[in-house]
Amino acid sequence: MNGPTFTIDGRSVPFTEGQSIIQAAREAGIYIPHLCYHPEFRPHGSCRLCVVEAGGRSVPACSTPAVAGQQVRNRTERLDRMRRTLVELLFVEGNHFCPACPKSGNCKLQAVGYWLRMLDTPFPYLFPRRELDASHHDVLLDRDRCIFCELCVRASREVDRKNLFAIGGKGTRCRLLVNSPDGRLGSSGLSLGDRALQVCPTGALLPRKGAFHVPVGRRLYDGRSIAESDE
Amino acid sequence: MSRRVRIATTSLAGCFGCHTSFLDMDERLLRLAGQVELDRSPLTDRKQIRHCDIGLIEGGLCNSENIELLRRFRACCTTLVALGACAVNGGIPALRNRYTLEECLREAYLEGAGIENPQIPDDPELPRLLENIHPIHELVTVDYSLPGCPPPADAIWALLQDLIAGREPVPPLELIRYD
Repeated sequence: MNGPTFTIDGRSVPFTEGQSIIQAAREAGIYIPHLCYHPEFRPHGSCRLCVVEAGGRSVPACSTPAVAGQQVRNRTERLDRMRRTLVELLFVEGNHFCPACPKSGNCKLQAVGYWLRMLDTPFPYLFPRRELDASHHDVLLDRDRCIFCELCVRASREVDRKNLFAIGGKGTRCRLLVNSPDGRLGSSGLSLGDRALQVCPTGALLPRKGAFHVPVGRRLYDGRSIAESDE
Repeated sequence: MSRRVRIATTSLAGCFGCHTSFLDMDERLLRLAGQVELDRSPLTDRKQIRHCDIGLIEGGLCNSENIELLRRFRACCTTLVALGACAVNGGIPALRNRYTLEECLREAYLEGAGIENPQIPDDPELPRLLENIHPIHELVTVDYSLPGCPPPADAIWALLQDLIAGREPVPPLELIRYD
């Protein structure tokens, strides 16, 4: 193995030219937390969970190329504390009622929270009012659980070739929009096999059938952390 | 130190599921009984709280009585713990925060299915409902939180053992859950 390498937390990581830090880390089996990143899609760089320290700066590992000889720091107390704060903010700005959510146990937002040992938050919960869209026969759009990662937007555009989703509004008024004649999911042409549905990290886009079929204890993140079952 | 650690517990806007999980410590309760003295708690039915080392709060805030009781617990307990999803983030009762209180009362007592003799309860002895459900950290300082609906008995055991021993509680990763 004579290719270029860099280090993550002191461990040598090989990479090929053009790879991002997170791509090289994944191939080396090193978990860098993330929510808006997905290996199938171009990086979005918005959730900031994958921010690492490199070259004296804090940079998103999903959109920063690996550089030979660079020393990257991933698991530092400072970074994990900032990541935990980011996840807390995602929880308080949405409505994440885990005990009543069919995605619970298979939810990346939840699993990242566990991994970062998020137990509570000092922030007040906003309890925003967001519109539920139950107009589709097979799929529920629960905007309460949307974290604006835009994975459905990218998947619908790049894989499904349907361009069904967009994010509209600013700040706390951000909402997932549906590109259909009446703005509702039912008339959008979304189908169960769509990648847009499968890549949602939370329960925002969820098949209506099959909820709670997998018992507690056998769900994706029961008994293993997101670092062990990262996709 | 011979005095046993004194613990008080209460359920505010909760379902007593966290207290049930407390009881799920099963035979470890016998060991706990040797370590602690239960003060005010639904398990003792004691109505007054004395000064306590640890207060376990289940449930969030939904009415004026919850507020009074939480303040009382905070004043009496050296260490206050938010026990379970409702105390930590409002939990299932907070689902009503998307509606106004008036809408909730109309649905529950006037217009919902199968209601006979519709009327909104107005006995002056009833605590006033708050417009929204609040997690307890929005009213008082919380020292530690244990999420979960309910938190597993093992997590409650681990937390209490840490606190009794004077250690900083660090829940094992596998016992952290939000559901």
